[in-house]
Amino acid sequence: MLEIEHLSVTVHGKPILDDLSLSVKAGEVAAIMGPNGSGKSTLSYVIAGKPHYVVTSGRVLLEGEDLLALDPTERALKGVFLAFQYPIEIPGVATMTFLKTALNAGRRARGESDLTTPEFMRRVREASQLLKIDLEMLRRPLNVGFSGGEKKRLEILQMALIQPRMAVLDETDSGLDIDALRIVAEGVNRLREPTRGFLVITHYQRLLEHIRPDVVHVMARGRIVASGGPELALELERKGYREFEEEAA
Amino acid sequence: MTAHFAERSIAESALARDFEATHALSRSPRRAAAFSRFQVQGLPTRRNESWHYTDLRAAMREAAPLAPPPDKQTIEAARRMLQARKPIGVGRVVLVNGAVATELSEGLPASVVFEREELPSADVDDAMVALNEAMSLDAGELKVLGGAAFTDPVEIIHLTVGEHAQATYSRLAITVAAGAKAEFVEDFIGATPGVQRNASTLMALAENAKVKHVVMLNDQAGLHIESQIAELAPRAELNAFALVAGGALTRRQLFVRLAGEEAKVALGGLALVDGSRRADTTLQVNHKATGGTSREFYRAIVDDDGVGVFQGKIIVEKAAQKTDGAMKSQAILLSPQAQMNAKPELEIFADDVACGHGATIGSLDPEQLFYLQARGIPRAEAESMLLEAFGREAIDRIEDQRLIEPLREALGAWLAAGRGKATSMRTLK
Repeated sequence: MLEIEHLSVTVHGKPILDDLSLSVKAGEVAAIMGPNGSGKSTLSYVIAGKPHYVVTSGRVLLEGEDLLALDPTERALKGVFLAFQYPIEIPGVATMTFLKTALNAGRRARGESDLTTPEFMRRVREASQLLKIDLEMLRRPLNVGFSGGEKKRLEILQMALIQPRMAVLDETDSGLDIDALRIVAEGVNRLREPTRGFLVITHYQRLLEHIRPDVVHVMARGRIVASGGPELALELERKGYREFEEEAA
Repeated sequence: MTAHFAERSIAESALARDFEATHALSRSPRRAAAFSRFQVQGLPTRRNESWHYTDLRAAMREAAPLAPPPDKQTIEAARRMLQARKPIGVGRVVLVNGAVATELSEGLPASVVFEREELPSADVDDAMVALNEAMSLDAGELKVLGGAAFTDPVEIIHLTVGEHAQATYSRLAITVAAGAKAEFVEDFIGATPGVQRNASTLMALAENAKVKHVVMLNDQAGLHIESQIAELAPRAELNAFALVAGGALTRRQLFVRLAGEEAKVALGGLALVDGSRRADTTLQVNHKATGGTSREFYRAIVDDDGVGVFQGKIIVEKAAQKTDGAMKSQAILLSPQAQMNAKPELEIFADDVACGHGATIGSLDPEQLFYLQARGIPRAEAESMLLEAFGREAIDRIEDQRLIEPLREALGAWLAAGRGKATSMRTLK
């Protein structure tokens, strides 16, 4: 589903990703683990199309289509979803208005009509209940004054409403206590489908106890240095990243 | 103040001719005195500190002829314009080409009296305020009586009728009795590019009076000069907001005096500047008594070759201990040519005060844009959402839904008209 081939990326002239190759199959949950500064977040931003990341070589394909030629909106409309590590606060935009605009943007792109308000509310209510999100929170400006856990739950709520084909979760576990982690993980697990791919980026093995990956990749110094099954995550937890970092050097 | 220019400009000469030829003006000693005050200074230039960013003498090449008092036809045309307009408040006072049109004014609450009458000079040293007094054929006073607590806004509609070049002068007072509460909307509509408008509103709030005042400027006036002069008695509260969405060259100048102790003023504005328009807001707040509070919050969105100006000066006099003042000006520039000039100033002569100011000028936040785009929202729509949010935060400070709604609508219309969106064409690869 997602094919990343020999991807090299620089930011402000500094190389961050170095000949990175990776693929995620439909229905698969792939985890990327790696130490801080290994380029995990950069990878997620490059997939989603954040400006100022310069791709010096390589390709990123979603079901055969070159994502790098598309702007962030077009990528999202093709089915890419990035759950942000640090969701952005937007004062003055009510969360509910934002959700409705995002949902309808997708519908319009597919040639569907806008959701009616009652239908929109029904979907939001249903998805919010599962994620234990208070509807009152959605009347506030987007992410403004939300706790870390609230922000992360809202990211998953957006994912549940948008129903992407390929979801990239960037350190969704950071800043979450164990209850919030479980709620968020359940939210992700409910969305697992044979037609949907997940790329779960995390520093710790903890998240992977709740979201069981099919494949685990280890990233160090801008490339994938090891790949394996779920047992690789446990091995990492035991040994730490050092060995892999040395390997990449 | 001395005259810097030995020779009168073409516009200044035309103003003098118009003044002399209009006997209703030149034979009034009060107006003659006002006109000579104007003539001593002449049209403001950059040398005049409070006009530093708007050289009116250079910009005003010609003076449009003074609009005559409206005839029957003009009043009928004004009536039709009013019918096409969605009312905001309960009652209204209508001015046509600067003159009071009592036949179109209606529905004022019982606690509000409108009288056509001469108004005293404003205690403000400004050439355009003096010119307004000299050239106004007509004036009126809205009196809010004691005990009034009407919660629906009263509208003051400044209508301009006619496609031709004309100069309109309006002069209005709003006096609010002790303890009374009132809301006003001043709406400027109908002006075409040939119109040069000079409007003054003199507000006096007695003790404990509470007033909300909104100005909407959304027409095509070639020149819009508006002076708002307010004096607050003890514990009076004024919350005044202005939306500037039209006018080729607009200058709003506010002179606010917190004369009584513990008076409170909140001034705000949103300027939407596109094309080659220029919008100048210059204000001076004088804290003259103890315990006063002032908040100034001005935002601007400037696109194309537009120019925004914000000059704010808070003066805290020696007697005004425990003053609490905060002034903020924020602008978003949407094109490389767009300009914003911001100059907030504090002059503090008391020693026990809390005052601050800040000014920011920037572009739309790329992180916010990316976040919205990453959810499938098209770039232009994302920009529009962020601009709308930026504008709404200024508007919402008026804290009254009936006043907020029409302002939000005007902001939405400005954005939907594609103004403020032109940037996406340029910044997209």
